Amino acid sequence: MTIALEGVGLTHPGGFQALRQLTLQISSGERVAVIGPSGAGKTTLLQLLGTGLMPSAGQLHLLGDDPARLQARGLKRLRTRIGLIHQSPPLPPRQRVITAVLAGRLGSWSLSRALVSLCYPLDIPGARAMLEPLDLDDKLFVRCDQLSGGQLQRVGIARVLYQRADLLLADEPVSAMDPVLADHTLALLNRIAADRGVTLVASLHAVDLALRHFQRIIGLRDGNVLFDRPSAQVSDDDLSALYANQSLAEQGHEVVRPARPAGLGAGTGILRTAPRCL
Amino acid sequence: MSLALARSDNRDPAAAPRLLITITLLVLLWPGLLLTEFNLVMLFDPANLGTFGRFLSGFWPPDLSPGFLRLLGTATLETLAMATAGLALALLVAVPLSLLSSRALSVSALLNGQTNSWRSAARYPVRLLLIILRSIPEIVWALLFVRAVGLGPTAGVLAIAITYSGMLGKVYAEIYESVDQRPARALLQAGSSRLAAFFYGILPGAVQELTSYTLYRWECAVRASVIMGFVGAGGLGQMIDLSIRMLAGGEVASILLTFLVLVLLADQLSTLLRRRLA
Amino acid sequence: MSKRLEALLWVMALIAALVASFSYLEMDLAGLFRSDSATQMLGYTQAFFPPDLSSGWLRQIFHGALETLAISAIGTLLAGLSGAALSLLAAGRLGRLAKASSRLLLNTLRSVPELVWAALMVLAAGLGPFAGTLAIALHTTGVLGRLFAEALENVPTAPAKALRDSGAGPVAAFLYGTFPGVLPQWVAYSLYRWENNIRMAAVLGFVGAGGLGQMLYVTLSLFQQPQAISVIIAMLLMVLLVDALSAWLRIRLA
Repeated sequence: MTIALEGVGLTHPGGFQALRQLTLQISSGERVAVIGPSGAGKTTLLQLLGTGLMPSAGQLHLLGDDPARLQARGLKRLRTRIGLIHQSPPLPPRQRVITAVLAGRLGSWSLSRALVSLCYPLDIPGARAMLEPLDLDDKLFVRCDQLSGGQLQRVGIARVLYQRADLLLADEPVSAMDPVLADHTLALLNRIAADRGVTLVASLHAVDLALRHFQRIIGLRDGNVLFDRPSAQVSDDDLSALYANQSLAEQGHEVVRPARPAGLGAGTGILRTAPRCL
Repeated sequence: MSLALARSDNRDPAAAPRLLITITLLVLLWPGLLLTEFNLVMLFDPANLGTFGRFLSGFWPPDLSPGFLRLLGTATLETLAMATAGLALALLVAVPLSLLSSRALSVSALLNGQTNSWRSAARYPVRLLLIILRSIPEIVWALLFVRAVGLGPTAGVLAIAITYSGMLGKVYAEIYESVDQRPARALLQAGSSRLAAFFYGILPGAVQELTSYTLYRWECAVRASVIMGFVGAGGLGQMIDLSIRMLAGGEVASILLTFLVLVLLADQLSTLLRRRLA
Repeated sequence: MSKRLEALLWVMALIAALVASFSYLEMDLAGLFRSDSATQMLGYTQAFFPPDLSSGWLRQIFHGALETLAISAIGTLLAGLSGAALSLLAAGRLGRLAKASSRLLLNTLRSVPELVWAALMVLAAGLGPFAGTLAIALHTTGVLGRLFAEALENVPTAPAKALRDSGAGPVAAFLYGTFPGVLPQWVAYSLYRWENNIRMAAVLGFVGAGGLGQMLYVTLSLFQQPQAISVIIAMLLMVLLVDALSAWLRIRLA
């Protein structure tokens, strides 16, 4: 069993209950899509599976470990085995694509190796091999702030693929891509997961993409599992129940992060007016 | 893609420039260290260490004897007076110069739509004068004046007056040019004198910014007048110079504390005034 | 109406402060413009001209200018390194106690002017440019440390957090996630400070800390006015050159 949740609940510090009493199992090598309306708790669930958040109730087992009970060392080792693809990849704008991709394996690299690689990228062929199927190998030495949103998302995917994780998590991995590219990228993710025999859990906004590419679908609503069945058995009734009565007001829940953090701009503005006499 | 091409692609194109920059910096660093006679061992030279250690250990307790405090009070007042008087004299020089150098009151620009090259040429000597006044550091002026008018605060006042008239003149002229030009133009077209156009057309819009910048400069003048004493121009600087020469640690500590409080109070006062007068 | 009255009161207070300042200093301003002191001034000024432009002196000035440049550059470099180290503490990355104490240290370093540091460093390291370098480094560490810490506090935390979540150690996550975000700002701040420090290094010599300032101080003390004015002209040119260069760079980079 790769993932096992038992009565897992998660309440955010603000008091918002994102997940309630979640119980589900995902076995090794399964490829699962999590769908549901905005604010259903998809991102929270994936962050929980990525050990970015700890459950406030219940039991969570990941790759045979309970992250809440692990010491720092064990948690670090577990984390190197889990890769999370972010909706808007958190990459420093000035970093080059090659460095951003190689950073995926920082968990298994020694500090000295990480330092040397910062001066001269140590595994250029390795990074190139990850970018090639994503059609980005020509951007290897380009800075991240020169890429479009879709290209950035693919860099984020390449980084996690380079990490060689046993559990692949993807939070809306294709939200910034056009339909053709999104289709291609999801197919690629599934093929790689199948080739490597690793587990893949992805949250998706587009139901058709989820049904087409994944074996198993979990419908999440208000922090509860509404349905959990093979994609062939997902009925229209399931879907309409999942998305029923969704008022527009609710759509504000999911946190939309700005695509690119502000770069140098603010800094230079201060410089020009900075007092001289200090 | 041929194999040879692929291999050359696997070299970081940024490596050579980076290496070059690093080598250049290192090559430049060496003469820099030689020129500055960089020698950390000097700091631990027993003779130096002994003197400096005794000096530092004298910092506590600060000298709080009534006689010294009275001297300190006098010097503080002298410092404040130097800054205030210097700035007042600077204003006397800066205002006419800023009027002469500002494009805001150009009659020819108004009538022909473009500046008359002969008449605007008259502005350049004034601008050059402003540049020379402000580009020579105030403490150099102080050093020169101490030899002309003798030791004491008068040299400091004149030094501040000269440097700050250059700074104020330049910024004032820029402020005049940044406010709405239409009222002044209307007045000039109606045949009013330039000075009247300035007072009724430009000053109302600029007065807030002018006040705020002047107060900020006063703050700077307080800081500047503190160090004037190092060349003999009175105030706290002269005291601290003497105390350091006599290795009187306790006195240096008291003067430094006074200085910190003075600068802090000047900051507070100028912020308060800026709020009140704006 | 009361607001106007208040402003009037403040203006009157300002005028009172002005009058108090001038009377406290007992400045004989009118005396400056009396005929005998005017001729005296003129005589003093005339002694400076013509400036000494002999090649030997110019070579010495050139060396002094290089020394000034080196003092400012090495001082700023040292300050950048130590400021970066202290800013990590001051941004609260290594605990609360370290944060409070490093902030106190940075504030102290920053509040003491360069010239005072130079006078102190002349005692610690002897006369010469090394003392000036240390003085610039100490004061600038305080300035840059605070600016660097502000940059660290404002940089997005998500990149480093993501790396931590994929198993990277804290140092590696900082280097790959946070550092690229702050580096451009750190460099910009350092260059800006360097520009200021060139100006400052030119006058630190007044207390014996090397560079052009020391040459000016010595020549004036020996009443060698023509040599002194050459040094002043060199200072002026250096300041103007640095101003023009940085303005040009700023336009190009903006």
